[in-house]
Amino acid sequence: MTTTIATENPEISVAEIDKAKVKLDVQGLDFYYGKSHSLKAVSIPFANKAVTALIGPSGCGKSTLLRTLNRMYALYPGQRATGKILLDGEDILRPGVDLSMLRARIGMVFQKPTPFPMSIFDNVAFGVKLYESLSKSEMAERVEESLRRAALWDEVKDKLNAPGLGLSGGQQQRLCVARGIAVKPEILLLDEPTSALDPISSAKLEETVIQLKADYTIVIVTHNLGQAARVSDYTGFMYLGELVEFGETATMFTRPATRRASDYITGRFG
Amino acid sequence: MAVSAARVMSRRLANGAFTAFCVLVTLLALAFLAAILTTLIQKGVAGLSVDTFTMNTPAAGSRGGLLNAIIGSVLLCLYAMAIALVLGILAGTWLAEYAGDSRYGSVVRFINDVLLSAPSILIGLFVWQIMVANLLHHFSGYAGSVALALIAVPVIARTTEDVLRLQPTSLRESGVALGTPFWTVIRSILWKSASAGILTGGLLAFARISGETAPLLFTALNNQFLSLDMSKEMANLPVLMFNFALSAYDDLQRLAWAAALIVSGSVLGVTVIARLVSREQKQG
Repeated sequence: MTTTIATENPEISVAEIDKAKVKLDVQGLDFYYGKSHSLKAVSIPFANKAVTALIGPSGCGKSTLLRTLNRMYALYPGQRATGKILLDGEDILRPGVDLSMLRARIGMVFQKPTPFPMSIFDNVAFGVKLYESLSKSEMAERVEESLRRAALWDEVKDKLNAPGLGLSGGQQQRLCVARGIAVKPEILLLDEPTSALDPISSAKLEETVIQLKADYTIVIVTHNLGQAARVSDYTGFMYLGELVEFGETATMFTRPATRRASDYITGRFG
Repeated sequence: MAVSAARVMSRRLANGAFTAFCVLVTLLALAFLAAILTTLIQKGVAGLSVDTFTMNTPAAGSRGGLLNAIIGSVLLCLYAMAIALVLGILAGTWLAEYAGDSRYGSVVRFINDVLLSAPSILIGLFVWQIMVANLLHHFSGYAGSVALALIAVPVIARTTEDVLRLQPTSLRESGVALGTPFWTVIRSILWKSASAGILTGGLLAFARISGETAPLLFTALNNQFLSLDMSKEMANLPVLMFNFALSAYDDLQRLAWAAALIVSGSVLGVTVIARLVSREQKQG
């Protein structure tokens, strides 16, 4: 249940959600790119089987936050995070976490479509092969299921052996979603997934996201406020590395608690 | 705004003069190239016959061809490329994916660049000193291949590093995001994506070593007869050219020209293939 910390026009307002519903809980997260301090004491819960949108002007830290959730930043020396990120109660920031296993549980789709240089089928099967040894027919089933859930099956079922790079941009992005969900992760991170797509492809991808939320915890970073309003259940508004406001999307877009969120949503800045 | 007709005119003249000068110099350079190629083709074709490809190198005055040298060159280059591709691709991959801006990485990169332009005779001497003089105590095809490989490795390492760096970060990250170990991302995604570029680097390295004489003089030396034994002296086209071109006999000189034509032709062929492959990469 949502309870807003009710003060008149507060600087920061983070709604609490029922602990039992939280899949991924970020607590007091600070993030540094070398010396630059780009996330400041961010605490935000991500609810299970719900879509949480992260919005805010460019450079506010929303993509950075997303990249800490699967520890993608660990690829780069000089980037570090302090604080806690609890996945089902286990801190994924502590040393000794198996990053490959972690990332198998937390899938990610990027801003630009990134099909691998192989066939459509192999693109989807790629991640599955790393963790499961399926028979040929089981694999075919898994690939079909994933492509169906990503709303791509009907468009590619007759050319599964064609290269993934031959698809249109929108199809490539849905292929990346299919590839991500084929390994059956628990959480799906989407980093501005429609920013390189045309409106029709974007609409298709949004539909896919809404359908996927039945089974996954989804976090989506977007610059498109309409998109956040359409697909998400919760929204976090970030500004200059801080989480300014977090709450149910319906509340945030109609009665934002903070001045800064209100200004951003109504287009007064950002 | 006042435009002075005289100034415009003088600019036009200067521009015309400079363009004419550039064209002239280009033509001069092309003329030399054309002269070399015509001589090569004229004399080379005159030296070609069926015997060239079916008989071994003769003593002066008797019938003969280049069979042993052609096969020797092919073998030397094949072994060299086998060594160089493995070392070069791994080194280039390390430089692009693991070394980053580390000090050790920069040093390796710098030394690789130095090796890239090292005089090949030094490399020949180096291999002679280590393998021929101290290890094997005789000339050997293996030593020749190692010397050629040392020339090819920096070329392949450099191109591999360059094409891997051209691969988008998002490709690496999306592989990693699936829970793929980084080494698997490199093997199954990055190498595949960069394969045409790496192949081009390999072909260029091949073109580079196929005409090298100096490193073979000290290592594989030469052989009058057809030999497939890499542990013995081995005939090869570049050293044969060097020897026969200096000889006093017309027939041997003709064979040297034929050998030159064959080497140039195969380098041209390989370069054309490299271009075609990299063009396909760009379109795909």
